[in-house]
Amino acid sequence: MSGNTLHYHYVVPGDDFTRAGMASSAVKQVLKQLGLDPETVRKMAISLYEGEINMVIHASGGEIDVDIDDEKIVAVLTDHGPGIEDIELAMQEGWSTASEQVRGLGFGAGMGLPNMKKYSDYMNIESKPGSGTTVTVMVNIK
Amino acid sequence: MLIKEIQKILDAQLLVGESLLDTEVHTACGSDMMSDVLAFVKDQAVLITGLLNQQAIRTAAMMDMVCVIFVRGKQPSEEILEVAKENGIAVMTTSYRMFTACGMLYEAGLNGGLSTK
Repeated sequence: MSGNTLHYHYVVPGDDFTRAGMASSAVKQVLKQLGLDPETVRKMAISLYEGEINMVIHASGGEIDVDIDDEKIVAVLTDHGPGIEDIELAMQEGWSTASEQVRGLGFGAGMGLPNMKKYSDYMNIESKPGSGTTVTVMVNIK
Repeated sequence: MLIKEIQKILDAQLLVGESLLDTEVHTACGSDMMSDVLAFVKDQAVLITGLLNQQAIRTAAMMDMVCVIFVRGKQPSEEILEVAKENGIAVMTTSYRMFTACGMLYEAGLNGGLSTK
């Protein structure tokens, strides 16, 4: 794939939590097929999966764009949900606005954004309350 | 430990993944909170959980785990099993409770992995 950039686009439906993670699974499959090392694949898969879950829980879905070149994988997750009021607070482990219902589904422990930061090599959040959130995560290819 | 030995120890019913029965595993984790599994697990091969939904399987798949065990006799739906098939994950269900199931496997030689205390 020397010199080429691969681009993938996914729409994440917001109405069905049980199906959340399909886009992340698809990306993981692509990365595996490209022969990237398992640690790199796992880092990107977890970051995306947490982001995808967030989109479904908080923002009624959204879109994911993934670009892969020789050096890195970049994923941009865009939603038009309520936005994040205090990003610094949202980045703290354990802090969450998720409902009891979401906790009963195994998420909402306030680990989503911290996990994305932990597993990615670069992460940026842009958010405006009322108009949505864009999260960019990047993982370097070893 | 082989996956078929886990099945025997827990007197579990294998629902998906017959071809994985001879796969060797060394480590496991038990949790109902998938965010914690994603945060703290490294190189564990088996997930023991009481969380009965597709996300339990997807979380295991993201972590490259090979086996999910549902405790307290929980029976996963066809949809859940379908996700397991797609991702090459063995699924079984045991009537033991979480604490007991974890204890039995630990006693038999499975451990929590190098990165955990």
